[in-house]
Amino acid sequence: MMKRSLLVSVVLSLSFAGAARAQEDPKGYDRVEKGRYLSVLGDCAGCHTAPGGKPFAGGLALDTPFGRLLAPNITPDPETGIGRMSDSDFVAALHEGRGHNGRRLYPAMPYPAYTKMSRDDVLALRSYFRTVQPVSNAVEPNQLPFPFNIRLSMAFWNWLNFTPGRFQPNPQKSDEWNRGAYLVEGPAHCGTCHTPKTALGGDKTSVALSGATLQGWFAPDITANNHKGIGAWTKEELVAYLKTGANKHTLASGPMAEAITNSTSQMSDEDLNAIAAYLKDSRPSDGSKPQALAAGDATMRAGAAIYKDACAACHKDNGSGETHLFPKLAGSAIVQSDDPATLAHVVLNGARAVGTAGAPTAPAMPGFDWRLSDAQIAAVLTYIRNSWGNAAPAVAASAVKSQRESSAH
Amino acid sequence: MARKLPRKDVVVVGLGWTGSILSYELAKQGLDVVAIERGPWRDTASDFPPGYGQDELRYGVRLDMFLRPEQETLTVRNKMSETALPVRKFAGFLPGNGVGGAGLHWNGQTWRFLPSDFNLRTHITERYGASKIPEDMTIQDWPVTYDELEPYYDRFEKLAGISGKAGNLNGKIQPGGNPFEGWRSSEYPTPPLKQNYGSALFAEAAKKMGYAPFPRPSGNISEGYTNPLGVTMGQCTYCGFCERFGCGNYSKSSPQVCVLPALMRLPNFAVQTESEVTRINLDNTGKKATGVTYVDTSGEEWEQPADLVLVCAFSLFNVRLLLLSGIGAPYDPQSGKGVVGRNYAYQTTSGVSVILKDKVLNNFIATGSGGMMIDEFNGDNFDHKDLDFIGGGYIGSGQTGARPITTRPVPKGTPRWGSQWKKATAETYNRAYNIGTHGSSYSYRDCYLDLDPTYKDRLGRPLMRMTFDFHDNEIKMSQFLTDKTAEIMKTLDPVELTASPRKGPWNSTIYQTTHNTGGTVMGNDPKDSVVNRYCQSWDVSNVFVPGGASVFPQNAGYNPTGTVGALAYWTADAIKNRYLKNPGPLV
Repeated sequence: MMKRSLLVSVVLSLSFAGAARAQEDPKGYDRVEKGRYLSVLGDCAGCHTAPGGKPFAGGLALDTPFGRLLAPNITPDPETGIGRMSDSDFVAALHEGRGHNGRRLYPAMPYPAYTKMSRDDVLALRSYFRTVQPVSNAVEPNQLPFPFNIRLSMAFWNWLNFTPGRFQPNPQKSDEWNRGAYLVEGPAHCGTCHTPKTALGGDKTSVALSGATLQGWFAPDITANNHKGIGAWTKEELVAYLKTGANKHTLASGPMAEAITNSTSQMSDEDLNAIAAYLKDSRPSDGSKPQALAAGDATMRAGAAIYKDACAACHKDNGSGETHLFPKLAGSAIVQSDDPATLAHVVLNGARAVGTAGAPTAPAMPGFDWRLSDAQIAAVLTYIRNSWGNAAPAVAASAVKSQRESSAH
Repeated sequence: MARKLPRKDVVVVGLGWTGSILSYELAKQGLDVVAIERGPWRDTASDFPPGYGQDELRYGVRLDMFLRPEQETLTVRNKMSETALPVRKFAGFLPGNGVGGAGLHWNGQTWRFLPSDFNLRTHITERYGASKIPEDMTIQDWPVTYDELEPYYDRFEKLAGISGKAGNLNGKIQPGGNPFEGWRSSEYPTPPLKQNYGSALFAEAAKKMGYAPFPRPSGNISEGYTNPLGVTMGQCTYCGFCERFGCGNYSKSSPQVCVLPALMRLPNFAVQTESEVTRINLDNTGKKATGVTYVDTSGEEWEQPADLVLVCAFSLFNVRLLLLSGIGAPYDPQSGKGVVGRNYAYQTTSGVSVILKDKVLNNFIATGSGGMMIDEFNGDNFDHKDLDFIGGGYIGSGQTGARPITTRPVPKGTPRWGSQWKKATAETYNRAYNIGTHGSSYSYRDCYLDLDPTYKDRLGRPLMRMTFDFHDNEIKMSQFLTDKTAEIMKTLDPVELTASPRKGPWNSTIYQTTHNTGGTVMGNDPKDSVVNRYCQSWDVSNVFVPGGASVFPQNAGYNPTGTVGALAYWTADAIKNRYLKNPGPLV
């Protein structure tokens, strides 16, 4: 113990002594710490650390619509990691989507977002990755089928979908807004999940952040749309969600739970406020609130009965749920999203909310796949989407069926 | 030969209420804590979600969450002259199994003991003279007072989100609460539950007779609540599946719902499940514990060295572990010497069942600890001068459920099966209910726990032997409480009223309660106690028994968990503020 505090004080005094030069010294404490924080902002561990594996040693499989990619080893191991990568190679990877020897990366690596990052931030990140423990773990990232396995095909993809270039602040907006814009569009790469994709997997930038489906989940609209987005949330509620995974409206589960655990819950309050300020000020996505289905509709009546029997004990008769425990369904954006993929996923398979230091409970919802048919789940979801002021298109039993089939394997 | 594990600061035996509270409090201090739990990991989300948690056959009848006799059992007898026989099917009381322990399958009835329960012998002697106490009754004062424990009761209630109405706020009597309770420093964390019809009828009748009915303090909570650990609980749905079940709605206070989400996040805490601690190891002086030995489900033995050993198992198994480990002198009823196993006590319950004429009670709308109670006849709240007993209990209508397999009330004389029985069931189900009395159980020279001379467990260790029977004092008290209850219920003009006061001999095959107390009693004198006022072993100062009901010198007319929780916090504070600064005997 004594030894450790001695070491800490040596490190501290060194860092104080070197404070003036810290910016230039790529091995300085401040520089490495800045890089570490950037790795949190970028959620590098989310892809590059396999479950139960060593940090950043790679191996997490990403199932894309085009096939499977494995996240490479980004520890400084010279043989299997990025130990031999030069600084300029590292910058090229993040800014231009080019890896070793100019080989083109696949955009599962979100370089279309990272290209917005400042060169200084990228170099700080580089400094941090030099300090992580080297792990020998050979990963063959490219497991795509023909023709996507030809990396050169990415040249064509990039030509269509990729605009390299650093973030340009908007002088009309506040520093906080600009910081938020930088984070959302750059390192935090929110659009990678939340922006709809073209047939080739490129971002539909005209409808940025208006929600997209991936891996059986619908990443919701996070524009200021009052109905389907975060428009009805206050800035504080948005910050609470990102920081703790829970607010008075909902709790995070699925892929967002991982993003909260690895990334947003560890961001500084200033950065969370910046993100919230930017998203709250975003242009609402298109789509006004539709007309709710009539309560007397046959599907609605069936759904109401199922709701009473299977859902109301936790989510309450009026859909109000329980703060920090059972998500509120009345007025919920995800409930009223156009794509019911997440809803079907959660009802079929259940879900567990993320547990964080700020909201440790991590409550769960049981799966109902063994108990409710596709038609019953469609009916109860239709009821939930059109009750207590909610309004959204009816859910088809076929949508539940395909979700059931895709989650079966 | 046991394989030796790396040393820990603290090893906790059993991860129920006391184990999880102590683990959290000490891990928060930065200590390396490991809990070793005999049963499986149990988790609200995966073990009893509301989709199938309310399965009466699985949990209520087949006792899925309870200890199996093949894991551990004990032998029982009523009298010292008898040969004790092993319990081969738990029935009279049901010890829990697994993470959460009894705090998982309980009803949630969360009381404080009366101030006079803590200085019982002195109080009775001062008020009625020493001769009021029967010669073979071994009641004694607790080494702590109500005033000392009050802040710790308060902490436990806030941890567990208890619903209720204060009757005495800082000495000021509050309308609607229990006017007999000890002073409370604050109101209950959540308001009282709503009462079902049967309880409302009882309360009305009791009030007419001049009593002061109040809602039972409840660990099934009335509204959403976030406790000081940041963990959130949900509103009770009145589903009527509490005792013997886990609560999938996060509404019943339990280690799972109230502590574990925060505890499991602490990197310096670990739990080893499905591993039974077989003994506490002592060094060659016999005065210092070096850790524990446990055996996993594959039969492999492990030694877990630790600086501090906290015995947090169910009360009965705390006693057995000390007996098997040779900590403290075993109690000898002949000489009255020795302490471990001494002052075992139970609970004296009884009931009055009624069938009402034209009332529809809807008893399936129920909670484990809802109900309206009166406390006029508990402890020494009433004058015992002209009565031939001491002690008492609360009386009340607590509808804990009307689950379809086991709830089949029928009038007397109804056939046990066939169309008449079916007809009577249909007619009676919604009109019948039971009013309970929950009486004290004082300790006696011949009620105790020791190691059985004959029967051994699967590891070759002697089973523990329980010698227990109801004594005249308790039988008379139960008759008195039951008569009072019947008096109240007669005013509702029932079609049928059956009063069942508790009679001896104690029968271990009929479920009564799992409130087993005593055996590692706390006290001010090592001659009549196993642990001191800080729940620390007199003999081995780095062993604590932090507040399991095994430290109760005798049992009061209340459910034990509130006091167990208060003592857990009391002990945690003693360890944090006293022991860690200067390890060694605290008294």
